[in-house]
Amino acid sequence: MIDFLRQFWNRDTDSSKQIAKERLRLVLVHDRVNVSPSLLEALKVDLMEVISKYMEIEETGLEVNLDKSDNSVALVANIPVKRMKRAVDQSR
Amino acid sequence: MAGRVIVVTSGKGGVGKTTTAANIGAGLALLGRKVCLIDADIGLRNLDVVLGLENRIVYDLTDVVEGSCRLRQALIKDKRTENLYLLPAAQTKEKDAVAPDQMRTLCDELREEFEYILVDCPAGIERGFKNAIAGADEAIIVTTPEVAAVRDADRIIGLLEAAELYEPRLIVNRIRPQMVRKGDMMGIEDIIEILAIDLLGVVPDDEDIIVSTNRGEPVVMDRRSRAGQAYSNIARRLEGIDVPFLSLEDDGWVARLKRAILGHS
Repeated sequence: MIDFLRQFWNRDTDSSKQIAKERLRLVLVHDRVNVSPSLLEALKVDLMEVISKYMEIEETGLEVNLDKSDNSVALVANIPVKRMKRAVDQSR
Repeated sequence: MAGRVIVVTSGKGGVGKTTTAANIGAGLALLGRKVCLIDADIGLRNLDVVLGLENRIVYDLTDVVEGSCRLRQALIKDKRTENLYLLPAAQTKEKDAVAPDQMRTLCDELREEFEYILVDCPAGIERGFKNAIAGADEAIIVTTPEVAAVRDADRIIGLLEAAELYEPRLIVNRIRPQMVRKGDMMGIEDIIEILAIDLLGVVPDDEDIIVSTNRGEPVVMDRRSRAGQAYSNIARRLEGIDVPFLSLEDDGWVARLKRAILGHS
């Protein structure tokens, strides 16, 4: 009976299974990036290409990183802007 | 004959690689296949003990590679199962006594004579791992439902891919259905979703394994054991037979009684 009740209790995010899954998800985000630094490099190149359509950016100052806080991983890009383009052709 | 060379690996130690290799090997031999098990864990050999063959070793893998003996002299025939042979690891030599190229040559030689060559890989990702995977066509990854083991499995999948061993298959070992149901252990779906690879088998945590390892007999020989049944199913799946996965639900006393009386097929 107690087991039965516990099943309901544990349906929420506090069950140790959910905690394990979440920890695993976060650790793998980091592991996988560390295994292939080329992934971040490729992302950088693609980002520059897209952003350059809208503004002039300082290519050498571009920084792209994965930031890990307690329970999330964020992609943080620091892109110095040299100049905005006057008009962006929306139809493109 | 052109046998299949399959490496059993995991990254993390202690998840049951050796037991898995021994039982899949014995399971395939029980199906009538000619099987050679290679213990690639040089310096820390264990497969001989799990199979109960520790007293029969004269020559080992390193002797074969160095040319100190012929391959046939080093192969140990299993005492219970027809068709099952062991090539033991050296216990007193260093891991770099063998090179990946030599392993490849050895596997190719064994391919001529055996239908399956199973390589029991050491833990870790260094030289021993590279040796073990060198001659393999396929890989089986063993993991347990723990964060550390699954994480290491993920790393191994990446390394296998880099070595051009694609589509490894996963065995989840030591699953405890009751804990999964209670939400206290990651389930099969959770692990498969995270690793994104194909499932080859699910082996329940089973005290029979400890008993059979004490005796030096693969648990797959015990027709009443649940883990034994799981290994037997894995062997049949390797043969291309479509075997449903053991349901984690039927772990009640009725199912256990039924197994005790009927054994598994």
